[in-house]
Amino acid sequence: MKHFVINPVLNKEFKLRFRSFKSFLGLLFYLLALAILIIGFVFIESLTSSQGFFKPEQSRMMFMMLSILQLILILFITPGLTAGVISSERERQTLNIMLTTAQSSASIVLSKLISSISYLMLLIIASLPLYSFVFLYGGISPIQVLTTVVYYSFTILAFGSLGVLFSTLIRKTIVSMVTTYAVTLFLVGGTAFLTLISLQFGQGYYHMSSSGTPPTTPYAYFMAMLNPVIVLAGSFEPEIHDEIHRITGIKTPLWVSYVISYTIIFVGAILLSIKKLRPNMKKG
Amino acid sequence: MIEIIDLTKRYGKFTALDSLNLKIEKGTVFGFVGQNGAGKSTTFSILSTLLAPTAGTAFVNGYNVQKEAKMVRRQIGYMPDFFGVYDQLKANEYLHFYGASYGIPLSEREKLIPQLLDLVNLTHKRDAYVDLLSRGMKQRLCLARSLIHDPEVLILDEPASGLDPRARIEMREILKELKEMGKTILISSHILPELAEMCDRIGIIDQGKLVAEGGVAEIQAQLKGEKVITVMLAGHAENAIAFFEDEPLVARLQYQPESHTIEFTFKGTDQEQVELLRSAIKYGLAIRSFAEAQVDLEDIFMEITKGVELS
Ligand SMILES: Nc1ncnc2c1ncn2[C@@H]1O[C@H](COP(=O)(O)OP(=O)(O)OP(=O)(O)O)[C@@H](O)[C@H]1O
Ligand SMILES: [Mg+2]
Repeated sequence: MKHFVINPVLNKEFKLRFRSFKSFLGLLFYLLALAILIIGFVFIESLTSSQGFFKPEQSRMMFMMLSILQLILILFITPGLTAGVISSERERQTLNIMLTTAQSSASIVLSKLISSISYLMLLIIASLPLYSFVFLYGGISPIQVLTTVVYYSFTILAFGSLGVLFSTLIRKTIVSMVTTYAVTLFLVGGTAFLTLISLQFGQGYYHMSSSGTPPTTPYAYFMAMLNPVIVLAGSFEPEIHDEIHRITGIKTPLWVSYVISYTIIFVGAILLSIKKLRPNMKKG
Repeated sequence: MIEIIDLTKRYGKFTALDSLNLKIEKGTVFGFVGQNGAGKSTTFSILSTLLAPTAGTAFVNGYNVQKEAKMVRRQIGYMPDFFGVYDQLKANEYLHFYGASYGIPLSEREKLIPQLLDLVNLTHKRDAYVDLLSRGMKQRLCLARSLIHDPEVLILDEPASGLDPRARIEMREILKELKEMGKTILISSHILPELAEMCDRIGIIDQGKLVAEGGVAEIQAQLKGEKVITVMLAGHAENAIAFFEDEPLVARLQYQPESHTIEFTFKGTDQEQVELLRSAIKYGLAIRSFAEAQVDLEDIFMEITKGVELS
């Protein structure tokens, strides 16, 4: 662990990233966008609400919206930050030299991943004060805020590892970016669409069955458990998950399956990146 | 010490390196000369553990480049022919970064880096951003970088390319200092005279094959007067190999069993070549053909010496 903290790649990347003015501007705009959204929401709600003030129920709604919005932002930013970490070094012709140093492939891959997503983690932590309305107006417990942040971190690691993997396997950064975005789009948009389709299909069965236990169809579950948005939304509105459990007949909580599947994806992507970073020398 | 054994690298059907054999003793400055595409960078990449060979193997200080890549990396300082630098990093930070990559503690780096900057004459640029340095300065910085873990073996791929004459002389001076420190240096170039001055030994590579190897003077003599002769045999090869190997003017004999041919370099005159064939037949060898091969060292010689006066 100590070795990891003082890792040279990590150290250098931090230095470079936080030295650049761009990073600072990005942070500023991110917070500004979120703040405008919150103020706008509060403003509209207080206009339409009869009492003219914000209620715990509305604060809960607000928190949900904000959390899902932030999740989508994260899913949108992660590929951009990670899908070039190795390939851009290759394109800049700095990778060769790094590979001839004594650093292990594991150390290079992991520090690249961590340094690239650390900026995103900073964005999230910096956005936490914006959540203070939750505590002002109630409706959500601090534990829920914390859980959401942990959920974000896990999701960033998992999707970030995919970016690192494609960046290792694919020579050109641009191709790696497109691939990572396409896969992310499938895991977010594609699985949501397929979940809906499978649910419709399942509903049909459900209504057609006349007697005894209703027949179930499991497909929707396997799509939904891969979808970061559905899994998060269900933690606020349990009915969404209940419906999926009922139609698919699978009782394992969706978030458990989510954590298991993405842990497998994360570990697989990282191990493969480590293996593919340097040429395969052993066979000769 | 470097030992290269039957090293072969193929890209699909194309053979970039063709069973290269070479042994470089500790403390030698070895110059690797060849035209563009001869296979110099390919050889260096394999020695630096960046590329896996198709066949054959190589050892650096006794460590196998494939099976003990980690140990090999600790032995070598590698400078690629083309390399990039990180922007927004200052020269001394650049060296700190790579120093840390070898696990050198900060306190040690703080002593080491000024020395290295001094060695490559970049002390005045220690706080300059690396991407803003001139090409020659970047090259010197990269050389300093390759020395940071005090490697025994230096693998420098065209370190003098793109340098102006003054910078070239400076580079030569630095290499001389490194040689005095007892390092084994492998250095490549596509012009022979550039290397002739600073190398102890020279190897000439052409189309992935080592066509000549030896001391600088020896090589220059060889390049001028030597022929490559191919003898195709009808009968037993053993007699023929023994016969030709005994001939004083014959060197680097190779036998290819599939085609029943013997190939060797011949240093004699045309008359001596006539004599060689005559005595081979008298000796009773069944020779189907006796010819000067396609590999023409004189062409290579012209190519690798062009544009520069021979010293
Ligand atoms: N990745 C690759 N794929 C296919 N062919 C390659 C690849 N890398 C190198 N080659 C080929 O291998 C041959 C040897 O290349 P190499 O870079 O070793 O030459 P070199 O001696 O260093 O030449 P130069 O003086 O131009 O640097 C060349 O013909 C080159 O086209
Ligand atoms: Mg080259």
